[in-house]
Amino acid sequence: MSGTFVGMPAFPKAAHEAVHNATLRGNLRHATHTIRAKRAKAVTEVSDWAELREAGKRIKDHTLRHLDRYLVQLEESVTAAGGTVHWAADADEANRIVTYLVKATGETEVVKVKSMATQEIGLNEALEAEGIRAYETDLAELIVQLGKDRPSHILVPAIHRNRGEIRDIFAKEMSEWGRPAPEGLTDTPAELAEAARLHLREKFLRAKVGVSGANFMVADTGTLVVVESEGNGRMCLTLPETLISVVGIEKIVPTWQDLEVFLQTLPRSSTAERMNPYTSMWTGTTDSGTADGPSTFHLVLIDNGRTDTLADEVGRQALRCIRCSACLNVCPVYERAGGHAYGSVYPGPIGAILSPQLRGTGSEIDASLPYASSLCGACYEVCPVAIDIPEVLVHLRERVAQGGQVTEKGAKVVLKPAKGHAAERAAMRAARWAFTHPAALRTGQRLASRTRRFHPRTLPGPGMAWSASRALPTLPAEPFRDWWQRTNGGRTEQGAADGARADGNGEWTGGGEDSGK
Amino acid sequence: MSSRDLILGRVRRALADVRRDDEQAVPRTYLREHGERNAAETVDLLAENLADYRAIVHRTDTAGLPGVIAELLAAHGSSSVLAPPALPEEWLSATEVTRVADRAGSTPHELDEVDSVVTACALAIAETGTIVLDGSPDQGRRRITLVPDHHICVVRAPDQVVPSVPLALERLDPTRPLTWISGPSATSDIELDRVEGVHGPRTLEVVLVSGDGGE
Ligand code: SF4
Repeated sequence: MSGTFVGMPAFPKAAHEAVHNATLRGNLRHATHTIRAKRAKAVTEVSDWAELREAGKRIKDHTLRHLDRYLVQLEESVTAAGGTVHWAADADEANRIVTYLVKATGETEVVKVKSMATQEIGLNEALEAEGIRAYETDLAELIVQLGKDRPSHILVPAIHRNRGEIRDIFAKEMSEWGRPAPEGLTDTPAELAEAARLHLREKFLRAKVGVSGANFMVADTGTLVVVESEGNGRMCLTLPETLISVVGIEKIVPTWQDLEVFLQTLPRSSTAERMNPYTSMWTGTTDSGTADGPSTFHLVLIDNGRTDTLADEVGRQALRCIRCSACLNVCPVYERAGGHAYGSVYPGPIGAILSPQLRGTGSEIDASLPYASSLCGACYEVCPVAIDIPEVLVHLRERVAQGGQVTEKGAKVVLKPAKGHAAERAAMRAARWAFTHPAALRTGQRLASRTRRFHPRTLPGPGMAWSASRALPTLPAEPFRDWWQRTNGGRTEQGAADGARADGNGEWTGGGEDSGK
Repeated sequence: MSSRDLILGRVRRALADVRRDDEQAVPRTYLREHGERNAAETVDLLAENLADYRAIVHRTDTAGLPGVIAELLAAHGSSSVLAPPALPEEWLSATEVTRVADRAGSTPHELDEVDSVVTACALAIAETGTIVLDGSPDQGRRRITLVPDHHICVVRAPDQVVPSVPLALERLDPTRPLTWISGPSATSDIELDRVEGVHGPRTLEVVLVSGDGGE
């Protein structure tokens, strides 16, 4: 997978750098807390949230368990509706296919709507290398692209930039890419948005090729769904003559009816809205009579590690993810470390379980990601498809520390315990008690997170020692930075004495309230 | 081996633990709609939720509709209005504003010159404050409601208003290109300050038209 940011330091180092950046910390804190509160309100508006969540989980699980059948059905539906389906085993193949398709149109530029899949495969860079310019059209992606930067949040990728920085980036860089920023641009959000509107409009109006991802693909109808706010998605999906959608194979739902679940849970989990401003649904190409939208439609289905993830009975649940980003906004580690520390386009708790599965745990950053968590369980609680992120984290920690059988590029291989992870191995030894008492671990986690509003500072029984380190999501008494220095980046804090700390490698959250020393 | 066969083969091997006849039905115990409302209350909820997301809501009856549309165009200062091919003639009968037809050959640049667009809709969803367009001849191609900066959408109430998302999907045709619109476009990308109107129409006006004249 080519999505690893080159030269990316492993999580602890990157996180350490991030927490020293006061702007970043301030922006992240403001953003995550704002969205978190709004989301909670949006969710309580629907009385059947628990049932919707369960249905969403079951629909996705059912789909994954019969993924071959639904992929074939989707291919048939899309083809019957006038689209062309391509299959890409990895990032390089996907990039080759898209580059070829763009070149076949004779165009040298494309407009893009925000898509994690295309970021994952490094499509913009691949196109650039072939002389094709890809214009990002989502406001945040534009900020990131103009600032020669990396996205740091799934939903608001430029969350690490404040308005002053954005103004400077627009004033300086827009002219490089097209229409310059207006003279005397100030830093009010409305003016900045207007500058982006003008800058991008000329690109939309002349664009011949659009590139998108998709939030959902419906197997029985061949319909693709893109959920968005700004209208740049509608522009990219409607105005060009050729549309190329690059989508992970796990984005399927079996039936049209299934959308009724996700179109209720996604907007509320994501932007905390009853419904996002714009949702586009299209099925192949429309007949030439009405000429509504692109006359040519290509769907590029990408694997790129997804089937390897699917092969893991515990880890496969990560493929249920609908990328709402709710888990980022409640994660105390994300709040402090920022999205960049995760070294992948998938930041936060979901990134911590997805990246090491998509890419394997071969690199230092990927091996460290399963440790980028306190196992507080808040991510599980908010997840609209009930992904048990703590369970997968523990599972992946075990894989890193102890090795074992995994699937890589479709082949079964046996991993050795990762070198350089002596600390993690030690942590695992400390955690053996918890692993041999999975019910205790689980109960402790669930109780701690589910009832956290009722202040369960400690739990009875063996959970007591465990929960002492998990009084989240309140802020730790000890700042991450101090904890990090005190514990040498988490390496010296074993917390093994009580034998009950599954995460005894020293996640920062425990540091303040129960130093374990 | 093609990548298609490669990927499908990987999927099948990855699912070696899953019985092929494992067909658990998905529990659909969630609600078809939230709360109990009569038709009028459902329309009220739609109006409330549309307004909550900064769409501007107007109410009239069939006889009053042309006058309302004329007023809205005048208030917006529009000198031209796009009309989809099968927009009812009388809707634009009270306005002097230049009527522009959407031709197959219209370029996006031409559409960008037009001030407003008037359309019908496929349906509206009360619980979420959403209008849905399906490209029928009284709504036109997707581009015409996207490029102009002012969209006036007419909803027949109560017969085009459904309470919820599940009930909306039942009534929609997936083979048509669908656009769900919940308020004007918006972004919160800059420090999470909501800014209305980035790329789509910055002003969305929804006219709820009740039955036959007399009401
Ligand atoms: S893991 Fe769950 S909460 Fe996190 S982004 Fe995915 S769907 Fe949302």
